[in-house]
Amino acid sequence: MTSEITLNHYLWVSGLLFALGIAGVVIRRNALVIFMALEMNLNAANLALIAFSKYNKIVDGQVLVFFIIAIAAAEVAVGLAIIVALFKRKQTVSVNELNSMRL
Amino acid sequence: MNVHDTLFWFFSIAMLLCGVFVIANRNPVASAMALVLMFLFMAGLFVLLEAFFIAAIQVLVYAGAVMVLFLFVIMLLDIKASERRRFAFLGVFGGIVVAGAFVWEMRIILSQPVIPLQSGNTDLSAGLENVVKPLFQHYMLPFEVTALLLLVAMVGVVLLSKKDLK
Repeated sequence: MTSEITLNHYLWVSGLLFALGIAGVVIRRNALVIFMALEMNLNAANLALIAFSKYNKIVDGQVLVFFIIAIAAAEVAVGLAIIVALFKRKQTVSVNELNSMRL
Repeated sequence: MNVHDTLFWFFSIAMLLCGVFVIANRNPVASAMALVLMFLFMAGLFVLLEAFFIAAIQVLVYAGAVMVLFLFVIMLLDIKASERRRFAFLGVFGGIVVAGAFVWEMRIILSQPVIPLQSGNTDLSAGLENVVKPLFQHYMLPFEVTALLLLVAMVGVVLLSKKDLK
């Protein structure tokens, strides 16, 4: 009953998810969907950290993921508030039209 | 193939499929729903890796709080206007090139098996104590700073949501 799943498998899944996140950020023009793709990137990093933590038998990776999740929650709150403020000003969330620093 | 391996393949393939749905869907609400599923499958992978506490946090914070926030904002904004917009060819091309380059790099790096150092001896499956203890001992200062940062973020959101930013 030995498991065939090694650290490499988890790193592959994490890397593929990160690539998907990057592709989403570059391809999509909707600011909300770009934000969701960023969350996917963060989660890919979390998966790699947890996998390293398990296979090195060391707990620090999990603690780091705990902090990342807390920071990500704060980041989402601020980012969505910015998007709402932008929408109130410009009536759009498409990043093609949000191209000036002036309000 | 034992149960662990089967579950690994199920969770990871389902998670990557959900990731594709997130970026391929035209409708942001459908994207958000696919993202919730992705977070849940990710929590399943965390359970397989014996990170039970993090799996619970993942479901509570990500699949719960963060996604509710996302859905609220999607409902708040009028997304109908931005829904039917064709993808720019250059954007799709650039995204595929960047992601493909990243995957190619991954393939080079992961062509040899990564040998874990096995430097620690923590029994992660023993319970919550081993995971949470460092949080209040070695990582005490970052923990407090995180609390302060959450407060700052809350104040910032209140300020940003005011009627006029002046």
